[in-house]
Formats: sequence, structure tokens, C-alpha cells
Amino acid sequence: MNTQSNPMAESLAPAAASSASTSVTRPFYWSVRRELWENRWIYLGPAAVAAVFLLGFLISTIHLPAGMRGMSVDLHHRDAIAAPYDILAGLMMLTTILVNVFYCADALYGERRDHSILFWKSMPVSDLTTVLAKASIPLVIVPLLAWATAVAAQCVMLLLSSAAMLARGSSVSPLWTELSFFRMSLLLLYHIVTAHTLWPLPVYCWLLLVSGWARRATLLWAALPVIAIGGLEAIVFRSWHFAALVGTRLIGAAPAIDFGSPDTFPTNPMTHITPLNFLSGPELWFGLALGAAFLAAAVRLRRYQGPI
Amino acid sequence: MTVIEARGLRKAFGTTIALDGIDLRVEEGRILGIIGPNGAGKSTALNAILGLTQYQGELRVLGRDPWSERDQLMRDVCFIADVAVLPRWMRVSQALDYVAGVHPRFDRAKAESFLARTDIQRSSRIKELSKGMVTQLHLALVMAIDAKLLVLDEPTLGLDILYRKQFYDSLLNDYFDRSRTIVVTTHQVEDVQNVLTDLMFINRGRIVLACSMEEFESRYLEVTVRPEQVAAARALRPVNERQVFGRSILLFDQVGRQQLAALGDVRTPSIADLFVAVMGNHASQPQGVSK
Repeated sequence: MNTQSNPMAESLAPAAASSASTSVTRPFYWSVRRELWENRWIYLGPAAVAAVFLLGFLISTIHLPAGMRGMSVDLHHRDAIAAPYDILAGLMMLTTILVNVFYCADALYGERRDHSILFWKSMPVSDLTTVLAKASIPLVIVPLLAWATAVAAQCVMLLLSSAAMLARGSSVSPLWTELSFFRMSLLLLYHIVTAHTLWPLPVYCWLLLVSGWARRATLLWAALPVIAIGGLEAIVFRSWHFAALVGTRLIGAAPAIDFGSPDTFPTNPMTHITPLNFLSGPELWFGLALGAAFLAAAVRLRRYQGPI
Repeated sequence: MTVIEARGLRKAFGTTIALDGIDLRVEEGRILGIIGPNGAGKSTALNAILGLTQYQGELRVLGRDPWSERDQLMRDVCFIADVAVLPRWMRVSQALDYVAGVHPRFDRAKAESFLARTDIQRSSRIKELSKGMVTQLHLALVMAIDAKLLVLDEPTLGLDILYRKQFYDSLLNDYFDRSRTIVVTTHQVEDVQNVLTDLMFINRGRIVLACSMEEFESRYLEVTVRPEQVAAARALRPVNERQVFGRSILLFDQVGRQQLAALGDVRTPSIADLFVAVMGNHASQPQGVSK
């Protein structure tokens, strides 16, 4: 920077100092808001899945009194009671993955395709702020929204089941004790944060990077290197480690939970969470570093990119 | 104060040279029109000024390097790059919220009052607005920002004459004052003739002509020459000659008004006439007619 006296810079200095604290957070906050305005399916998608599931649950609760009586012997068995809750949690995780993949593939591509990047770049928002705001969608917003939606829907399910059982004169206590609702919700949060956010983080960051680079078909461009490297490995070494590695990252098979038996669901209170195992393993940190590198590249790339 | 200063500004896309060493100096309070044929390098020059493209050579805008300090620069610089850049999915109210949220110099009440003069509904999505309305909205947003420099790249492209006139009227009456600077490129030269304070012709990445409007008006005169005077007029070395309804119209550079009045009807040429004349000469002379 030149150190010559600059009347312009001097007149700006007080204003710049007073707004220094807000100059970072405000653009970030509004950049995230703008993502939610543009991509309403980020919250409508999980909500719609939960709503459809709740409808199905309501119908089964009303129409299956015989089934409920038949199940009464089983009511002390956690799995029988919790099955619908686990299915909903599973659906939410699947929705999270889909929402994130489609969001990331379009995040830095859509603004170039519709030329609105010129408008965004005409605002005093840095490329770093923009990319971080976009990255916060799959890494913060979607996981929290999916969790909140799942817990809200499970609350409704719990109340519906309780009402149905009370109406039939049966005791609701097994439902409330066996399910251990609070613990189940915390386990779901733990699972979403570890297995569906931190673990697949490099995959989402890679998609963001490709979306800032590709001129069309971002998902294809993102998948091509994986297919190429996987294919090369299959031919040369006759193994599928790389493809399996990417696959486990995407579906969230993180070493954060000791499932015990393969049929157990992550929200089952009988599973053992293994956060130390997860945090101490090199895979997590390698993944986070790789994700950070992809994001840094995406920030740099956005400077050079214009409308396509 | 100098708002834009460029020395030897160069930009090449592969083997195509978009900017071939441009020297440019724009002072505060000027309205500069950059006129040139398609592909002359106008947009590239503006993109360099806005920090949207890399360049070679020296360029300072408001004392900053646009490429490395774009986000800082955009506090003091606004641009309307094309009518189609506002995001189509956005609602008018969201556009107001967003700019109010990220721009420290945005006066929302001012933008609201500009919008109140139009038929734009707050709840409309931008894709539901007509092209003219999108430009009105963009202008309302930009005029409510207390910026030092406004860059307009073909701002009125595809608009009817009413919207175009209104656009420049608002700009002059409600926005422009002597502390602001405007740089505009357009093909609708007749719209800006009475708006500009400075004029620049650019062709093949080079500046072909640069002068203030006062200079333009005192230097260039156009004469509809009486048939018997044509030979005498040609002897005064016009820069251009054209035929309209069988009458010869000659364009002169730095020839006295009294001298020309003897030959026919004298008037100040339009920028468009001068542009055609200069570009015609430029095309025939590979060296270019610099000034």
C-alpha cells in the first residue's frame, strides 16, 4: 500500500473503524440469508419428507389397532417401539445427503450461469465471505435443520402414539421409558454432526470447488476423477479402496459409533458412541485438511470467475 | 482528485488483444462516456476497473488496486453491468434487505422513495418484472448507495426510449453531483450526448479520441455545404464527408465557425456522426488517428 497522504482514505478511516466489527459478520449473515432465499428446498425438503412420514405414521396409528394389540407383548422391546423413529431419523439423514450434494453442485455454478455473479460481485462482500457462507449451508445449516426437523417430527409421533394408546386404555409408560426420547435426540445430533457433517466434509467441499470451476454438468465433473482414479486402481491393483473410501465418506460411515451388531441403528441408546476414537483417528483430520484446501481453492477460483 | 488512473493497461485473451496499452485519467465529478464498436475493449476496460478481470499495467481506482481489493473497493464503487444481472429468483423486498444488509453506504429510505415513483411491487420476483422495471430497480438500489464512482456498462440495452430517457434523467437529477463520477459505455450514443462531460472513443483496444465535451463542441463542426461550395469546402480538409439527400455534409476539426458559415449551414455534430467519421478513418489508417 502507498503511504502517501490520501484525503479519501483519511475521510473513510473513522467510518471504517466503527464498522470494523460488523463489516465481517453482517455480510456473512446476509450471504447465508440469501442462500436460504434462493434455495428454499434446503428447509422445505426435510420438512416435506417429515410431513409425508408423519401422515403415514398417523394413518398406521389409527388403522392398526389390532396390530397394536398384537405388538403389546413386544412393547417392552425397544426396537419395536423405536422402529418408526429410527426410520424417520434415517430418512432425514438420507435427505441431508441429497440436499447437500445438490446444493453444493449448484452453489458456485448457478450464480455464474444466471449471470447474477456480476451483481454479487458489485457488493462489498469478499470471495472468502461468499464461499464460507455457501459452505456453511451443508456444514452447519442443513445438518441443524435436519436434526431440528427430525426431533420436532418425533415429538409429534410420540404425542400421537401416546394419544392413541390412552384412547385404547393401555399404558403409555413403556413408550416413554423404553424410547428414552431425550437420549435418542442427542444421539441423532451426535450422529449428524460426526457422520454426516465432519466425516463427509471433504466430499462437500470438493463439490463446491467443482461447482466454481465447471462450465456445465458439475456433478459429472465432480464424479469423473473419482471414477478415473477408482478405475485405474481396479485395473492396476485389482482393488477398490479409493471408490470405497469416497463412498464411506459420502454415506457417513464414520468411526464415531460402535454399532455392536450390524442391524443396530445409530440412534439406538445401546450403541456406544466413540468420540475419542473418532477424534483421534488421522482420517478425520486428513479429511478436514483436504476440505479446507478445497475451500481455499474455491475462494481463489471465484476471483477469476465471471458469468458463463 | 483522480478517481481512475491507468497507465499502459493491457489485457489479452489468448491471441486476441482486448486492451492494447490504455492510458486513462478520470477526475472526480466527470461523466465519461466510452464509445466504441463491439469488441473494442470497452467492457474489458470496465471489468478491469471493477476488479473483475486481471490485467497488465498500472491501474488505481480511488487509490486502490481493483484486482486485489475488489470487496473494499465496492464500498465506494457501484456498477450496473448489464440489465440482466439482478438474480431472477429474488424478490424486490429481498433485494432491498440484502443490499441494506451488506452495504454500509446504502440508504434504504432513499431506495424506497425512488421505487415509490415506479410501478414495482415489493413482493414481485425480479423475473416477473419487465426489462425496464429491472433496470429501474437496479438504478434505485445503486442511486441509494453513497458511492464515489458509478460504472454503467450498456445500462439501457434493450430498453425503449421512454425508459432510457428516464434513466439518464434520474441519474442527472437525483444522483449526480460534483463529488461523484460516472463512467458509462453505450451504443445509444444519442442518449448520452447531453449527459457526458468527457468523451472517449476506443477501437481495437486503443483510445482513438479523448476530449472533454467543451473541447468536442469547440473543435468539431458539421456543415451542410451548398453544392457550389463543395470544392472550396473540401479544400479545408474535412475529416469526413457524407451524402444525405444529395447534399454533402462535411465534418471539420478545428476550422473556424465564420469560415465555415460561408460554405453552408453549420452545426455541432452529434457524437454518432463524429464516431462514424473517426472510426471510418481509423479503419482505413492502421496507425490510428490519435487525437
